[in-house]
Amino acid sequence: MSISRTVRVVAIAMLGGLALAACGSDSGSGSTGGTIAGQPCQTGSIKASGSSAQKNAMAAWVNAYQTGCAGATIDYQATGSGAGIQDFINKQTAFAGSDSPLKDADRAKADAMCAAGPAIDIPMVGGAIVLAYNVSGVDTLVLPANVIAGIFANTITTWNDPAIAAANPGVTLPAATIAAFHRSDSSGTTDNFTKYLKNAAASAWTYDSGKEWAAPGGQGAKGSDGMANAVTSTANSIAYMELSFAQNAKLAVASVDNGGGAIVPSSDTAASTIAAATVKGTGNDLSLSIDYTTTTGYPIVLVTYEITCEKGGDAANVPLTKALLTYTSSDEGQGKLAAIGYVPITGDLLTKVRTSVSAISS
Amino acid sequence: MSTTVEPATAGTAEPISIHGQAVRRGDRIFRGVSLFAGITILVIIGAIGIFLIWRAIPSLQANTANFFTTSAWFPDQTPNPVFGIAALTFGTLFTAAIAMVLGVPVGIGIALFIAQYADRRLASTLGFVTDLLAAVPSIIFGMWGLSFLTPHMEGLGQWLNDYLGFIPIFRNDLNQYSKSILIAGVVLAIMVLPTISALSREVLTQVPRSTIEASLALGATRWEMVRQAMFPFARPGMISAAMLGLGRALGETIAVALILSASNVINWHITEPGGNTFAANIALKWNEAGPIGLSALIASGLVLFAITLVVNTIARGIIARHAEFRESS
Amino acid sequence: MSTTQMTPAPATEPALHDLLAGRQLPRWAPLAAAAAGIVISLLLNLISAVDGVAGTAVVAAILFVIFQTGWSLRVEGRRHAVDRLATTAVYATFVIAATPLIAVLATVFVKGIKVISMTFLTHSMRNVDTQGPGGGLQHAIVGTFQQVGLAALMGVPLGILAAIYLVEYTADAKSSRLARAIGFVVDVMTGVPSVIVGLFVYSAFILTLGLPRSGFAAAIALAILMLPVVVRSTEEMLRIVPRELREASLALGIPRWRTITKIVLPTALAGIITGVMLAIARIAGETAPLLLTTFLSQSFNYNAFKGPQAALPTFIWDQFTSGTQASQDRAWGGALVLITIVMLFYAGARLIARFTGVKKF
Repeated sequence: MSISRTVRVVAIAMLGGLALAACGSDSGSGSTGGTIAGQPCQTGSIKASGSSAQKNAMAAWVNAYQTGCAGATIDYQATGSGAGIQDFINKQTAFAGSDSPLKDADRAKADAMCAAGPAIDIPMVGGAIVLAYNVSGVDTLVLPANVIAGIFANTITTWNDPAIAAANPGVTLPAATIAAFHRSDSSGTTDNFTKYLKNAAASAWTYDSGKEWAAPGGQGAKGSDGMANAVTSTANSIAYMELSFAQNAKLAVASVDNGGGAIVPSSDTAASTIAAATVKGTGNDLSLSIDYTTTTGYPIVLVTYEITCEKGGDAANVPLTKALLTYTSSDEGQGKLAAIGYVPITGDLLTKVRTSVSAISS
Repeated sequence: MSTTVEPATAGTAEPISIHGQAVRRGDRIFRGVSLFAGITILVIIGAIGIFLIWRAIPSLQANTANFFTTSAWFPDQTPNPVFGIAALTFGTLFTAAIAMVLGVPVGIGIALFIAQYADRRLASTLGFVTDLLAAVPSIIFGMWGLSFLTPHMEGLGQWLNDYLGFIPIFRNDLNQYSKSILIAGVVLAIMVLPTISALSREVLTQVPRSTIEASLALGATRWEMVRQAMFPFARPGMISAAMLGLGRALGETIAVALILSASNVINWHITEPGGNTFAANIALKWNEAGPIGLSALIASGLVLFAITLVVNTIARGIIARHAEFRESS
Repeated sequence: MSTTQMTPAPATEPALHDLLAGRQLPRWAPLAAAAAGIVISLLLNLISAVDGVAGTAVVAAILFVIFQTGWSLRVEGRRHAVDRLATTAVYATFVIAATPLIAVLATVFVKGIKVISMTFLTHSMRNVDTQGPGGGLQHAIVGTFQQVGLAALMGVPLGILAAIYLVEYTADAKSSRLARAIGFVVDVMTGVPSVIVGLFVYSAFILTLGLPRSGFAAAIALAILMLPVVVRSTEEMLRIVPRELREASLALGIPRWRTITKIVLPTALAGIITGVMLAIARIAGETAPLLLTTFLSQSFNYNAFKGPQAALPTFIWDQFTSGTQASQDRAWGGALVLITIVMLFYAGARLIARFTGVKKF
């Protein structure tokens, strides 16, 4: 019968597909047992989710950890900080990555979830938010805080605006309209960038800071990759994004002048701003207050926190979570950051981070 | 429904059986199981509605603005969440309208070409290819739209502004032409094309040969035959094809999220960047949403759900009124 | 329509043919009109009244339409001019539509083929630098097969049984009312956006029941999405099974449920399988619900019920948004693999339909 033959053919095809799908292998293999960065390996698997700003940093750490400790599997999904915190509160994950510390409402829920102790914010990855631009003939660009605010608030609309020209003597600026891009998705990067504008250029930036873009005008693009794409493909454009995305897309980035002279964005100049941040959290919670008006470091920075339970986390997750965070805060872990466009935590703050990590227990 | 087979023994629900009790039990069980499957479908759609409503309520209570007339989307703002669906409704309907204006004539044109104008062998191949295209996942259309179509569409936007700028919707005051509602509409049109053309072709090829030949024999040109003989027969089918396409355009998520410069504003200038749709908004805001934000997104999803319900009800009504289509299929 | 043209004219009339069939343009007329359009458009291009390849082509096309229609209007009359215009429009829609659709496939193929290799097809992204080249997507293929397979396990029996109810058990008035309700709901479900179904699964199974995000949660969403397609296609297939078959079986005293399972279903089987495969092809590329319901992994996970699991759409999404050239290349490679799998299913469905002589689809 043709029908039973049909069924047989379909069944064979499906089985074939499954068999093909079942013979793969993971890329790269790790050593078994042993230590990583002086710590004994932990095995098992944990999930974490949150900030997409730290996605590549976390990926590098996870790869290094899994390579050093073959029995461990860590899955970090860059869902975004908000979803990461919700996942954490809903017990979906071992820790959350977030571009801003826990808000009060979330903190209460997270504390309640951690049966025996509070949830703590541990700063782990720094980032510089750069202004990448695409203006032909303009190789260097200096932007004072007020001018940045003016461009993104849509009050400065052409590249040869006197305010831009004044900050860039000797640079020939075109008479073109500025295409200013902002994030169309909710984003911690937008949050940190608008916090900077609100603090450093209060007179020119009259909007609220937040994860959603609040100013009128401009164009939206999805994700930092979308921002980088948009700048690459749009003449006379400018956008804010994490340093690594600008580097990957080989975009020109503006220096920022907070009144003490132009500062080129780099891992080093941003690290000093983060190191100078004051801790406003209590106990082992290290939520930071950043001085956006600094004139000595690159001022537009963001800090990604790992949020987890100090005590009372799921006993199955705690050993590997603690081991991973111990690794990420080690010299070896932090040492990986600058090369991939992130900013390491340094100085006293790093010591405090290590203290907080060592306090994690189940 | 009228084609349902009546039992051979009309009048009694049970078939006359030589096996008696066992048969009736087997029948009852099988009937029960299939009834259960049917009811499950009702339960699923009910559950979707109920869960969306239940999860939407907290944000609707917390909202300090009018849900239907507000454009802004700041649901996680403390202490006063502000969000509304005005811009989302506008963007969703506008992009879908552009998709329909472009997609329906072209989709029906392809169907006509394959059913009537193309060489027979070519036609079956083309039919196969257009059907294959219906299976291209939307994320791929999104990637293509962003990296290939958007740069190629800016010239058109500019041209529309330069030569048709006196028509308000084509005017572009920003001199920026990418990531616009127009581009999103065009991508949606391309995405709904295979759906519309596949279903339209289906009904157009079902027009009885005799009707076509009678029309031509009366001296009608081919176009007159198409208009006077084929379209009346196929109209309900083509309408339902368009409605299915509309459904796809209204709910398309990933492609629009990638392409549109999503901003929650109402902007009639279709070549300027901006605008947002329900589905894209969910994909774009979900990642950073707090509890109220998530609830607000679910509330907007509920509205989209209601819109698709209405569209489908209308489509069904149209088809039901042309009952002859049902019978012919 | 105007019968005067059909009236036989006196044989002495010189233009007999013209009167019988109407005066016609020569066969080469469209070619001539096209050539004239192209030449004039190119000339306009030279004096820069028109610029760009696209602009020149559009102007040439418009000129062609004007020339041909005008000529036809003079020689053949209004009706034939309209007919020629319509024919041109129909051909034009085909070209207009074919261009982007072919462009999509070409783009995916050209960009995707660059990274396709045995390594890419047989490895995961575990321990691979996301910003650099290397790694593969087999973990995502595994995830897609498992999630879609689970969805089919749930959706197909449910859909087929519901279709059986709609076709076979709706004789009396009460069940016919219920069947109408179910039929309506199935139609509505066809139009429910996938992101809504994702939101539903997220809010019902993950937020409310506290289940972890997993391949299984995604499978639930996919099953809901494929359900209406399965019901509708199965229903169509069952309806074209000749009623004589059923009646013959019932008349022999075979109970209804045996008639359905032994006679009706086997007759419609090929068509049902076609419908199921089309449904599978439709859900395999769904992205939005997976983003809401699964937890992305870079490693192999053969257990869809536990732990993070990748799938092709989420793999593509993740790589596409990672922002480096290497990751975008991988995304296009993933797109090519996904399209190939989906199209194989589609082609398989069509072949089954063709070789078993199912008329529908």
